[in-house]
Amino acid sequence: MASMQSLDVELRSATTTASPSVRATATPVAKLIDISKCIGCKACQVACMQWNDLRDDIGSSVGVYDNPVDLTDQSWTVMRFAEIDRPGGNLEWLIRKDGCMHCEDPGCLKACPAPGAIVKYANGIVDFISENCIGCGYCIAGCPFNVPRISKKDNKAYKCTLCSDRVAVGLEPACVKTCPTGAIQFGAKEDMLARGAKRVGDLKERGFANAGVYDPQGVGGTHVMYVLQHADTPELYSGLPLNPTVSPMVRVWKGITKPVLSIGLGLVALGAFLHYITRGPKETDEKGA
Amino acid sequence: MSHVVMKSGELARYTPNERVNHWITVILFVLLAASGLAFFHPAFWFLSALLGGGTWARILHPFLGVLMFVSFGAAALRYWGDNRIEAHDREWMKHVGDFINNRDTNLPEIGKYNAGQKYVFWTMVICLSLLILSGIVLWRPYFAGFFAIPAIRIAAVVHMLSAFFLIVAVVAHAYAAIWVKGSVRAMTRGTVSHGWAKHHHTLWYRKITGIAK
Repeated sequence: MASMQSLDVELRSATTTASPSVRATATPVAKLIDISKCIGCKACQVACMQWNDLRDDIGSSVGVYDNPVDLTDQSWTVMRFAEIDRPGGNLEWLIRKDGCMHCEDPGCLKACPAPGAIVKYANGIVDFISENCIGCGYCIAGCPFNVPRISKKDNKAYKCTLCSDRVAVGLEPACVKTCPTGAIQFGAKEDMLARGAKRVGDLKERGFANAGVYDPQGVGGTHVMYVLQHADTPELYSGLPLNPTVSPMVRVWKGITKPVLSIGLGLVALGAFLHYITRGPKETDEKGA
Repeated sequence: MSHVVMKSGELARYTPNERVNHWITVILFVLLAASGLAFFHPAFWFLSALLGGGTWARILHPFLGVLMFVSFGAAALRYWGDNRIEAHDREWMKHVGDFINNRDTNLPEIGKYNAGQKYVFWTMVICLSLLILSGIVLWRPYFAGFFAIPAIRIAAVVHMLSAFFLIVAVVAHAYAAIWVKGSVRAMTRGTVSHGWAKHHHTLWYRKITGIAK
């Protein structure tokens, strides 16, 4: 996406000064995906393609419903179909709409070296500003959910924008607009949490004792949340991580080490200079004395 | 390797090939450090302009890295034997404080390189080996896709730390050349003075001149 001038920026990659933030307080938003209501129709995938002008290559059938089989630079959301044998001989078809989770503490943004290539708007949406992207792929290493994809065409990273361009003008994301069962909802995060909690209550009444809202706190919560029938084992949903966090390796790489080692290099150079000033050059005469 | 005595007062230390090799490595190092630091901390981002902007820096950095590995590798193989740590080097290291404070009278006699130079050499050998290995894992769009994401994260940390220590070693190396007068000409003109050689590298001086004392 291009930069949304109507949205305040809370975090900006590789930037150490304040970002535009004078507008009145933005309300944190969230998309709530109720997996218990999803019928796997893939209308969300189509709406995403339509709104964002994306056309993935025609793939080949791999014997399951997943199509395309993975996220790509052209497929920013995909439905992942998991057939699970539950105790008591029940089969459950758990269909998860995968894509960017829009973390409150985004690992991609932390890892990104290009100033302004990734921003987090004040409303919580994490967006790639593609014209600033240099194609290094650090966002892929930073992401705890394996979401960003680098295009083979232009070597830039792409992912779901949460339709930041639509949200900026008061519209809901395209996938939300199209979902025929109301499984995808969008609004203030507070409201989405309340709706999720209500739905979880319904599910528990219907026997899903471990139903819950997936809003993982290891990444500060997310602006895309799921209602899960089995929130205690999110891995059932095609490998949704139980407690995702920005990897400690990424924190070492892009955390306190950045200023510490940078200052360290400066001190080494300064130390060498001061040594010359205080101790002077080491000179020898022709006789080697 | 034959060391010829040049015109009076000059001793050959590096051949034209060695000097060309050295300065190619220097140029590559500067470009790599500039682009690498640009990726490391936003305070250094402006250095990416040296390679034509962020995207060009991302494209060129790994290719320059391979060239530097080859260029430095050629030098490293040539100087490998001269950098073995020997008994007199360990003795020299005990007096390193005197050396740093320009009190050179008590220093043991040493060969072509002092212990400080040797440790800098091995630091560079280790760091560049780690940099090329981790760099391949990070290299987009060609190789990173073949590695698991946790491996890429480890490679990033290894790349960052080994680059830091390499830069520190290079700063030490370049500063020492400026500080110890008469050293720079070894890499610009290829020669050093008799006095320089006798004072700093006595055993090497005796070996190439055949002068016993």
